[in-house]
Amino acid sequence: MTTPTPRVRMPATAKAGEVVEVKTLISHEMESGNRKDKDGKAIPRKIIKQFVAKFEGKEILKADWHPAISANPYQAFWVKVPASGTFTFEWTDDDGAVYKAEQKVTVG
Amino acid sequence: MGDLKAARTRREFFVTAAGAAAFAVAPGAVQAEPADVAAAIEKAFGGKKAVEGKIKLDLPSIAENGLVVPLNFEVESPMTEGDYVKTVRLYAEGNPQPTLADYHFTPMSPKAAAQIRIRLAKTQNIVAVAETSKGEVYTTKKEVKVTIGGCGG
Repeated sequence: MTTPTPRVRMPATAKAGEVVEVKTLISHEMESGNRKDKDGKAIPRKIIKQFVAKFEGKEILKADWHPAISANPYQAFWVKVPASGTFTFEWTDDDGAVYKAEQKVTVG
Repeated sequence: MGDLKAARTRREFFVTAAGAAAFAVAPGAVQAEPADVAAAIEKAFGGKKAVEGKIKLDLPSIAENGLVVPLNFEVESPMTEGDYVKTVRLYAEGNPQPTLADYHFTPMSPKAAAQIRIRLAKTQNIVAVAETSKGEVYTTKKEVKVTIGGCGG
């Protein structure tokens, strides 16, 4: 498996207090644990179990994902831009690995 | 002649589709039942009574591919410090595991809304339950017809 690559799309500039949409995508197989290989053995579960979005370290939203989330999970949601600052996004894998992305947004 | 060929192609298509569906609901796979979802909701929300409404749940009525079904939800709420949506839990009544995803919002979230893509094993109801910071619980559900299941066999 290749290393999951997160992608985030959101505006880099906004008006103070503006509500903007964030679209995220991460490449990941999201192995559900329900599938069997060709010898009939169960393929162990390996999914991204949590997604967190923060602004300047303060949590905006947290999502717990279960095996029913599709491969290469897509997640779109809304944030408010209170001031210039950095949004951070973290995806936590079943094996404990954390994949991170960030986006600076300038209010002007 | 042309018709005959077309008919065969169509038949082949149906045979293939039926085969794929049979694979998706292979024997031995434990499917969640509506009772499992009701029990999971009862456990997660501590037996609070859920009221129908306030949640807009968007899913296609017919999903050709159960592997990737777009799901979009939004809960009506002012999203202020004093009154915001704390939690939104999503359930699938006919999946091997009924839990889909749980969302935890904060007053920093301008909308209690998100868009994701989910896997569905078969035709079933999707249930959304939301709890506000004031302890109100709302619910809604929507049926999705699935042509080819997406949870593997």
